Amino acid sequence: MTPPTQLEFCDVRQVVGPLVVLKRVEGVGWDEFAQVRLPSGETRQGLVLEVDEDTAVVQILQGTQGIGLSGVRLAFEGRPLHIPVGEGWLGRVCDGLGQPRDGGPPVFGETLRPVAGAPMNPVARATPSEPVLTGVSAIDALTTLVRGQKLPIFSVAGLPHLELATQIAAQAHAGDEPFKVVFAGMGLSHPDAAAVRDVLEERAAAGELTLFLNTADDPVIERVLTPRLALTVAEYLAFVRGQHVLVVVADMTSYAEAVREVSAARGEVPGRRAYPGYLYSDLASLYERCGRIAGRPGSVTLVPVLTMPGGDITHPVPDLTGYITEGQIVLSRSLHERGIFPPVDVLGSLSRLMRKGAGPGRTRPEHVDLAAQLVAALARSGQAADLAELVGAAALTETDRRYLGFAKVFEGTFLRQRIDEARTLDQTLDLAWQVISMLPRRELAMLDHEALDSHYREVVPDGASP
Amino acid sequence: MTGRLGRIRRVSGPLVEATGLDGVTMADLVELGPARLPAEAVAIRDEVVTLQAYEYTGGLRPGDVAISRGEPLSAGLGPGLLGGVFDGLLRSLVGAPEYLFPGRREEPAATTLWHFVPEAKEGDEAWPGVRIGTVDGVGLEHRVLVPPGVAGRLDWVADEGPHTLAEPVARVGEAAIALQTRWPIRRPRPVLERLNGGVPLFTGQRVLDLLYPVAQGSAAAVPGGFGTGKTMLLQQIAKWSDADAIVYVGCGERGNELADTLQELRELDDPRRGGRLADRTVIIANTSNMPMMAREASIYSGLTVAEYLRDMGYHTVVIADSTSRWAEARREFASRTRQLPAEEGYPADLPSSLAAFYERAGRFRTLSGAEASVTVIGAVSPAGGDMTEPVTAHTQRFVRCLWTLDRDLAYARHYPSVSWRGSYSRDAAVIAGWYTGRGDPEWVRRRARVLALLAEADRLAELAELVGVSALPSQERMVLLVGQLIRRAVLQQSATSANDATCAMPKQAALVDAVLTVHDRSVQLVSDGVSATAMEKVDFTPLLRAREDSGSSDVDAVIRRREELLGVLDGLT
Repeated sequence: MTPPTQLEFCDVRQVVGPLVVLKRVEGVGWDEFAQVRLPSGETRQGLVLEVDEDTAVVQILQGTQGIGLSGVRLAFEGRPLHIPVGEGWLGRVCDGLGQPRDGGPPVFGETLRPVAGAPMNPVARATPSEPVLTGVSAIDALTTLVRGQKLPIFSVAGLPHLELATQIAAQAHAGDEPFKVVFAGMGLSHPDAAAVRDVLEERAAAGELTLFLNTADDPVIERVLTPRLALTVAEYLAFVRGQHVLVVVADMTSYAEAVREVSAARGEVPGRRAYPGYLYSDLASLYERCGRIAGRPGSVTLVPVLTMPGGDITHPVPDLTGYITEGQIVLSRSLHERGIFPPVDVLGSLSRLMRKGAGPGRTRPEHVDLAAQLVAALARSGQAADLAELVGAAALTETDRRYLGFAKVFEGTFLRQRIDEARTLDQTLDLAWQVISMLPRRELAMLDHEALDSHYREVVPDGASP
Repeated sequence: MTGRLGRIRRVSGPLVEATGLDGVTMADLVELGPARLPAEAVAIRDEVVTLQAYEYTGGLRPGDVAISRGEPLSAGLGPGLLGGVFDGLLRSLVGAPEYLFPGRREEPAATTLWHFVPEAKEGDEAWPGVRIGTVDGVGLEHRVLVPPGVAGRLDWVADEGPHTLAEPVARVGEAAIALQTRWPIRRPRPVLERLNGGVPLFTGQRVLDLLYPVAQGSAAAVPGGFGTGKTMLLQQIAKWSDADAIVYVGCGERGNELADTLQELRELDDPRRGGRLADRTVIIANTSNMPMMAREASIYSGLTVAEYLRDMGYHTVVIADSTSRWAEARREFASRTRQLPAEEGYPADLPSSLAAFYERAGRFRTLSGAEASVTVIGAVSPAGGDMTEPVTAHTQRFVRCLWTLDRDLAYARHYPSVSWRGSYSRDAAVIAGWYTGRGDPEWVRRRARVLALLAEADRLAELAELVGVSALPSQERMVLLVGQLIRRAVLQQSATSANDATCAMPKQAALVDAVLTVHDRSVQLVSDGVSATAMEKVDFTPLLRAREDSGSSDVDAVIRRREELLGVLDGLT
């Protein structure tokens, strides 16, 4: 591909926040990409947010420090931002704009692709139908991640969401099929970024991983592009190279804040909590890039991580995310305080595609029923626990007491897992049977007799009648 | 169609301003730039026309051309709609590339030949709604009618044979009638009159058919936060309701879900007519990552298609998932055009546009004299689960039925999670009359008893939370028990089960009767001295599994389960 002809302009009239307003511009289109050259020789990148006759509003990704009315030149590329794509990205560590951070040469690709992507024709999609196994019991058994799915992790500041996301990125696989991981970190602290690099080192060394790292002190606005780069790289690996690609993006709240910052600088009418009205469409343009295409072997699976400010699930970022993604994995502070990792709130979590990716021929025949039964039993245990707090465990029916015992064992042996422990699917499901066997058989209406006969071995606690 | 040539002067996302488009009127279609992106005129100030583009405008620049098409945004209506998948502007997605880059696409249907069979002949009188002939195709019989606005005598009718969509098959004076007609999507298609209705739309979903029924031609809304199973419930209605045709509008929803719906519709047989369910369905897919403004139009495209099928005499259902995304698209554009925001940034016309949307539902006498209906079912996605937010609050004012989905039920995996506290059906009274008239006065009684028991069980459950179950009298503990049984044996329904996905009315009745009979016997037994604890320990699994273990219309199996269980209960004395 030949680089498009560039047009250069320098008549800066306003600099506001991350925006530069340029006059006497001609032939520049909306959403075009620009190279910005400062008098110091430094170069930055920009995106066109609006064109009006001979005026262009350009958002500078690295911020506008050092930019004044004179001496700055903006060269427009004549088209929206394109990046090279290909297997050259594997094993690399880059910043939020794809510049190497590992001391290596710039990444070259097989071809160029626009980072904005294009909407996938829903008719061309294939329904996701096989699991991505993460080695984490709570996820594999109860909220199975499916190839082509988008399943976010909802968390709050102070919880080990990044650890969980990194564990997933390190352990996930698609059985015998080729599997790659693209990890995009946005607004991470340096210790966090270092920890992510550490845990994923092995995978990177094996040429199975690309890492984009935008740290907390990196330019805020470039975060608007980081997830788009990650997805563009992943789409090519998946749909041209036939790989199963897992994209982990952390933290989407930082991304949304960058979007809000640009919106505020433009003086747009603010929506809920001052996020712009188009946040839904904007998030969808990222999340919807995962999936499968009929007749092609690969898949893009997306696990965005987001922290809910103040733990509020109705905050616009988790709320809009939940409306787009296919379920959610919610982390719970109270489990974390009791020292349980991963602190997955099973009742609040859900994988909408689970019934597509689990069950006969995919995982184990009884998997989906077993998961439904575990969740229903936990819901009932929760009610029993609430009741016990009010009236004392002694006033509960015997069945309710069995549920309390079940919940305890569930947390202690099934949910709890070491941060570097990768359980096989069989280990996970066998553990699940052990746990459900704490309940009397008459309570297990969701499981069929055949499955119960072959796996259920009732455990009767002391002092209870069988 | 010759267009007027203008020039673009400003581009800001989907908001484009152009000059030189003399004579353009509000809502006219304008094509932008070399890729000829479709856009609609939304404001005219002096010589500046404000346009909302229906596609991604990246690369569009001041100085590019803008061409007025001289007609409002219209949809092409003709054979090939049923079984098809279209975008928000009713352009076919079947045959379109894997990735939808902006710009014009070839319409694969343009060259398809349709077999036309004439019914009218030269010299016949023609007025809007008169049948000229039929076209062979998938699904329902496609009827070619004289379009609105054309009247006189048929000067010519084509012979039986193949025709393309654009080819005329009849002529009335100056007017040529082709297989495909165009209609501006924002304008309702004309009818003779509105009719009062009272015929239930059978959905196959027990909680709806038993407790919150909807009439043909009525309007229903389904508010529910994410994860409450909204889309699942709507898909179930699309699959199993007894309408002639379904128009499913995926408005700003998930791509994977649409792919799944599509696949399932293609695999499932239509229980009423034979053939595939897909063949009675038109899907309009504007997923959340497809251009936002086409999302806004998709709702109207869907209504227009439904009205077109209605005019042929069919009962149609429009399912819009989700109307909140449509409202948000309107809000987003309002903010770009700097309109004064009303509630939560939505434009001030939000309530009136919602009302107009739901008012396109109804039972009608069509222009051809047939009785046909358009039922509208809209999903609402309340931001943050807040039921007082403007779209949810205003929608409630304009619909007849509200099926509120409850997050707590969904968390406990009680699906469909239709709440019996926040839902209502204003059609229930007329539908009760319909059932009574059909010789089933029991429907009313069953509904009343189930609702009363559910309310009582809820009240007692709150009490039990304070004092413990064992502190309640035995009779009340039986009410708590029947509350559980109603929820688990009747209201819960498994969308994935071959037996339970839909449920015929007799089986619905049998399940309710089984639970109520078991309840009556339990009450009798505890008053005869059997302990409530012993009753609670009974294994009710056979009754709970009856909905899944027996076929969707297998009444006998349910009755057998009931008798078995009654035997077990009697053994307790």
